[in-house]
Amino acid sequence: MNGTALLLISAGCYLMKAFGPLVLADRSLPPTAARLVGLQAVPVLAALVVIQTVSSGDRLVLDARLPALGVAAVLIWRRAPFLAVVLGAAATAALLRTVW
Amino acid sequence: MLSVTAGLSVAQSCVLSLVMFTGASQFALVGIIGAGGVLGAAAGNALLLGARNVAYGFVAAPILAKGRGRRLVLSQLVIDETVAMARAQPDPVSARYAFSATGLAIYVLWNAGTLAGAVIGGEVDPARFGLDAMFPAAFLALLVPQLRQGGAHRAAVVGAVIALVLIPLTPVGVPVLAASLGVLAAGAGRAATGPTDRGTEGWR
Repeated sequence: MNGTALLLISAGCYLMKAFGPLVLADRSLPPTAARLVGLQAVPVLAALVVIQTVSSGDRLVLDARLPALGVAAVLIWRRAPFLAVVLGAAATAALLRTVW
Repeated sequence: MLSVTAGLSVAQSCVLSLVMFTGASQFALVGIIGAGGVLGAAAGNALLLGARNVAYGFVAAPILAKGRGRRLVLSQLVIDETVAMARAQPDPVSARYAFSATGLAIYVLWNAGTLAGAVIGGEVDPARFGLDAMFPAAFLALLVPQLRQGGAHRAAVVGAVIALVLIPLTPVGVPVLAASLGVLAAGAGRAATGPTDRGTEGWR
C-alpha cells in the first residue's frame, strides 16, 4: 500500500473531524443536512457487511463467513464487547473450516 | 491484524491507527485493498465513512475547550464513542471531561491493539484462523449502534441491496460507493418539501 496515499486519506478524515470545531463552531448545519451526514455511514456499513460476507473479488461466494456473521449478530444482540464479537466470528469460521 | 491480513505492513497498520483514528474508515480501507480493490475506491469509502465525523464535529464543537490549538488536537478524538459519551453527560463540564477521557483511553488502547494485532496477524494463515470473517463482524458491530437514527433501517437495507446486486457487475469497491446513495432512501421519508422521486408520502 502506498504510504503517501495512506497519509492523504488520513488527512482527509482528520479535516472532516476538525471542520465543525474549527470552522463553524457557532453555527450549525440545516437539520436535513445534519441528519443525512449523520446517516451517511449506515448504508456504507451495511454494504460492507454484505460484501465482506458473501463475495470474493467480483464473485458471490457462500462459505464459513456467513454462519460466522450469524454468531457475530447474536453476540452483538447479547451486547458483547467489540473484540468478543470479532473474535467470536473468527473462531466460528476457523472451527467450521476445520470440521469441513 | 486485519490490515496485515490485507497486505499492509506492521508499520503502515500502526500509522493508520495513529493518524486516521476512525475505525470504520480504517476497516473499509484495508478491507477493500485486501479484496483487490483499486486505491481510489478504497479511499472513497474511507472518506465516506469518515464523513459522519463532520456531524459529530458539530455536536462536539460547543463542548470542546476553547482555543484553536487545543481544538486542533481534540478534533482528532471526534469519533463515535467520544461524542456518544459526551452527549450522555448532564452538564458541559462533565461532557468536556468525558470527551477527553474517553478519547485518550480509546486512542491508547486502539493503537496498542493495532500493534499487537499487526504483529500477530503477520504470523498466521488468515483463512485458517477465520480472520476474513472478522471484517463483516466488525462492520456489523459498527453498524448496529447507528441504526437508532430515524430512517437508518431503510438506508441500511437499500445500501445492502445495492451492494449485493452490484458485486458481480462492477469492479471491487464500486458497490460500496454506490451503496452510499442508500442514505437518500432515509432522507426521502422526512423531507416534506424535498425533491424526491418517491414523493412525500410518510413511512413510519
